[in-house]
Amino acid sequence: MCGIVGLFSKSENIESHLGSYLSQMLIEMTERGPDSAGIAVYRNPTDKNHTKLTVLSPEDNYNWKKVSNDLSQHYDGLVNFEIRGNQATYIVPGTEEGITAWLYANHPDLKLISSGSSIEIYKAMGLPTRVIEKFNIQELTGTHALGHTRMATESAVTTHHSHPFSTGEDLCLVHNGSLSNHNRLRRILRKKGIIFHTDNDSEVAAGYIASRLQQGDDLDEALAASIHDLDGFYTFAVGTKDGFAVMRDPIACKPAVIAETDDWVAMASEYRALAVLPGAKNAHCWEPAPAKIYSWKH
Amino acid sequence: MIEFDLDQSDVRELNAALHNSDIAKNQSKWKVRNTKGRHAIAVGIDETLEMLIDGHVGYYCAGMNKHANITVNGHCGPGVAENMMSGTVRIKGNASQYAGATAHGGLLVIEGDASSRCGISMKGVDIVVKGNVGHMSAFMAQKGCLVVCGDAGDALGDSLYEARLYVRGKVASLGADCIEKPMKLEHKAELKELLKQANLSDINVDEFHRYGSARTLYNFNIDNVGAY
Repeated sequence: MCGIVGLFSKSENIESHLGSYLSQMLIEMTERGPDSAGIAVYRNPTDKNHTKLTVLSPEDNYNWKKVSNDLSQHYDGLVNFEIRGNQATYIVPGTEEGITAWLYANHPDLKLISSGSSIEIYKAMGLPTRVIEKFNIQELTGTHALGHTRMATESAVTTHHSHPFSTGEDLCLVHNGSLSNHNRLRRILRKKGIIFHTDNDSEVAAGYIASRLQQGDDLDEALAASIHDLDGFYTFAVGTKDGFAVMRDPIACKPAVIAETDDWVAMASEYRALAVLPGAKNAHCWEPAPAKIYSWKH
Repeated sequence: MIEFDLDQSDVRELNAALHNSDIAKNQSKWKVRNTKGRHAIAVGIDETLEMLIDGHVGYYCAGMNKHANITVNGHCGPGVAENMMSGTVRIKGNASQYAGATAHGGLLVIEGDASSRCGISMKGVDIVVKGNVGHMSAFMAQKGCLVVCGDAGDALGDSLYEARLYVRGKVASLGADCIEKPMKLEHKAELKELLKQANLSDINVDEFHRYGSARTLYNFNIDNVGAY
């Protein structure tokens, strides 16, 4: 099954309570996936020539200060960081290039799970309530966010196999469904330089879209191409630095509903996740058509 | 009037009361509030009663309905009125996938749009959709009528049996073994009656086309014997 949610703010109120609203939405989807949960939030964009990195440690109480010092040396500049649960977000004076290799060489127990100017990803095993509490998601502000609660069908239940998946700058994807040609696509995409961390099918979808964006597609074009190249069942919600998109496969048996008011646009696997939002009762509410791309941009 | 507020009591309590004939027999009017997309609301009713569900509902609302007249003042999730036996289910908003799936009887009215697979494997229910229906509607439909006042999506009536399909707007494509058939007087009369029951008498039956089974998939084709 799996449950997915997305919230795109069009007002101050939603922006300042983004984490709280997204948490309520994700908790409503708990029964659709008890294995792991995760969120991606777009907030506090970095200054020019800086990059935000979200890093995951296998244990709580990691020596994040040491990593910060090492990163400062590596980049030869000031590095700020913020700790949430067993993850930390670093703002580094430079690009993400080479940082995965650097982490592997200097802190092999850490994994980079997102990079960009505003994206942060938090994910862990367990129910949405546990994950939300662990990372204190409710207090987060931001412009848009995606969430996922997983019922694994296709690959292992670990934090690394949890959604959202990010395989490009400020890009992330959550997925309800399953892909059947992901092994072949992964091989092709690896040759093009996309780095994959797991054998998960949804990570391949994220990698596919990242690859298309690198080639110069915009998000809508990348999604349109995926209809031809990805074989399987899917409802995707995709986030970029300033945008948010939803798409279902041409058969469209995986559920999705979208609602919009003057203050927000939101998507979810089921309406009950949207019902927690202010003004949901009178929102314009519809089921996304098969193979049609719905996107919003700030 | 018996009223359930689903913020105060859960769906199990509502359905248990509806299945308790001592309560359901003596209460002809029911109202449900604060539905908020919850699943399986008013499922398995077997009494003649009036039910108003005020709000959007989740999966399988009004499933297996027998005798009751149920109105949903909102949108529906997947599988509304699936396997309905009799009575009427009226949706004021849109319905998600497979509305009226496998339903044996009664009338399902959707005042908005229905999405994919509306009336899949229907076995005698009549379904009237004021708006459009999505792809694969009336797939393997066996009996009853599907009336679409708007447009129909791809593969309408694929592998159809004896259900009759009436579409007023455009059909994106017909499924395997589904063909257009002439609108005879008996069909216009049947359609007129269904539109009347759906409170849509102002719609002109002359604007509809009829589709049905070509019946070429019914029997084993001897030309294929070499394939086995």
